[in-house]
Amino acid sequence: MSDKKKGKQPSRREFIQKGMRMTLGASLAGVAGFAALKVSADDYVWQLDPFKCVYCGRCADYCVVTPSAVKCVHAFDLCGYCDLCGGYLKPDANARSTAAENQLCPTAAIQRKFVEDPYFEYQIDEELCIGCAKCVEGCTSFGNGSLHLQVRHDLCVNCNECSIARVCPADAFERVPASSPYKIKGDFATGSDKNKPA
Amino acid sequence: MNRISKILFTLSAFLISLPVWAQQRFPKPEFETGYTQPSTTQPLPRALFLEYLDVFVLVAALVIATWFVVKKRSRLGVMWTSVFALLYFGFFREGCICAIGAIQNVTLAIFDPTYVLPFTALAFFVIPLVVTLFYGRTFCAGVCPLGAIQDLVAFRPIEIPKWLQKILGMIPYLYLGLAILYAATRSEFLICRYDPFIGIFRFDAEFQMLLLGGLFLLVGIFIARPYCRFFCPYGVLLGWMSTFSKKHMTITPSNCIQCKLCANSCPYGVIEEPVEEQGSRRSNVQRLMTYLFFIPLWIGIGGLAGSMLHGPLSKFNTKVYLAEQLVENPELKQDPDYLDARAFVQSGESMDELVKEAREIRSQFYWGGWILGGFMGLVVGLTLLKLASHRNRHDYEPDKTNCLSCGRCMDYCPVKN
Ligand code: SF4
Ligand code: SF4
Ligand code: SF4
Ligand code: SF4
Repeated sequence: MSDKKKGKQPSRREFIQKGMRMTLGASLAGVAGFAALKVSADDYVWQLDPFKCVYCGRCADYCVVTPSAVKCVHAFDLCGYCDLCGGYLKPDANARSTAAENQLCPTAAIQRKFVEDPYFEYQIDEELCIGCAKCVEGCTSFGNGSLHLQVRHDLCVNCNECSIARVCPADAFERVPASSPYKIKGDFATGSDKNKPA
Repeated sequence: MNRISKILFTLSAFLISLPVWAQQRFPKPEFETGYTQPSTTQPLPRALFLEYLDVFVLVAALVIATWFVVKKRSRLGVMWTSVFALLYFGFFREGCICAIGAIQNVTLAIFDPTYVLPFTALAFFVIPLVVTLFYGRTFCAGVCPLGAIQDLVAFRPIEIPKWLQKILGMIPYLYLGLAILYAATRSEFLICRYDPFIGIFRFDAEFQMLLLGGLFLLVGIFIARPYCRFFCPYGVLLGWMSTFSKKHMTITPSNCIQCKLCANSCPYGVIEEPVEEQGSRRSNVQRLMTYLFFIPLWIGIGGLAGSMLHGPLSKFNTKVYLAEQLVENPELKQDPDYLDARAFVQSGESMDELVKEAREIRSQFYWGGWILGGFMGLVVGLTLLKLASHRNRHDYEPDKTNCLSCGRCMDYCPVKN
């Protein structure tokens, strides 16, 4: 091999290196630019659509946080303040009382408070709620459906992919802008934002 | 009487069957005692500026780590940077969002027209790659929390034979391909689901995930940074960037004196020894040409294999799985314990629609399988090509693709200026 050729080696290598560097840089810019067409300055968080939820109970079991970051919330505007609350009492309850054996909630997280005859107010103690949706099922089947589940953002760690979303049989989970992070029943109507980017 | 009860019955049945949002079954009472209704609280998510602060910390940590590795040549400095990154991105931010997972967000942004990409995810994906294109994998050395936690436990690294390293080193390519395939078909985020350390960062996870994380750390005592070297999909992209980076950390500040002291210092076995080209140049070039010639064949074989595997691969998509189950066992639709089937029936979607949707996803997997397989074929072909080629090397040098820029070797080099 001639000396001349040897002298050429490094510069040829450098040339290839530089060319490849340019190519990689350009591809990265291409991918990033293409993705940037969809970029939003806002952050996105997970929320579930209570109108899609079928109260399967997986919200309690699949959240990476224990107990689940999904809790039951109460849309008081929709509540009938019933004495015979389908979300509070077991269908076969033998008395309309606060006795634990009559309550649907496994952790007794629903507080029943007398307002005036014959009305009762129901509040969720989120410290106790595990997001099992038992009350939601009861309230939706026998009452107004004012009890429903929501991801609580003081507890949710905002996983890149929510592990409940992956298993939710009703596909109720979606990414929503962090500036409007709730879908509380009564505040929004079903279907109205189905076609908007999730 | 009978008629009245009948009317009442139909009326109540009608009321109950009404969709709940159309009308309340039990109207809200008018309270007489001045009762004020509580409001439903809506605790806010983490403030947006804090998300931007994360991006700022990422950039700052990258700058500092790069400075320590490339300029200051301080192993200690980069180690403490990585400890900080572990505390901040790992334990404080609980591992989300990270650059590795952001691959999937970017993929989804490209393939899913309804997905909106948060700026932070894009920044976490792009910034480390750009820095690596200029200075090598300083991200791995000082900023990645996953790398940091493994680096800190690498007490007794043993040497792994080169050929085994090469074979295991192909897993990340497969993982990257699969992660992109599953994100692009909107099936799931594989990387996030199987992140072994996230449970440790959060002090909370399923038992299996904690076990996996513990296992990785245990193995990591002897096989340094097992996740980085043999799994990390982002490492593949970083490796490409680093191979052709403008600058890169060097073992010695000036000239290598061939003392071999650094050779054993690298826990990742990526310091390459000096080699002389053997045999005649012509036959070597010819051998390389044959390998090059075989690459399209590898791509073809890989693609074919990938496309043939699209059936099993698509089973991990819940829609496809449900459709298959219901087609094979229609009676499952009545099974009250099969939640997914129950939800499907409740949703009112027809079987035809479900099957059609599943078919579409399947065909995406078919083409995805071709691409993934072809890509793996290319990887195999190029790995063989690289194994067969020796380029003349006079000094001890880090293999730029796989060097994690940790800087350990710098301390071992006796040449100090
Ligand atoms: S997983 Fe889905 S369907 Fe099940 S309770 Fe949660 S939101 Fe409802
Ligand atoms: S994003 Fe994570 S923490 Fe939040 S609800 Fe889903 S699984 Fe739980
Ligand atoms: S190889 Fe992957 S996991 Fe390891 S430090 Fe680099 S980016 Fe992090
Ligand atoms: S800087 Fe690179 S070559 Fe040096 S010890 Fe670390 S990984 Fe090995």
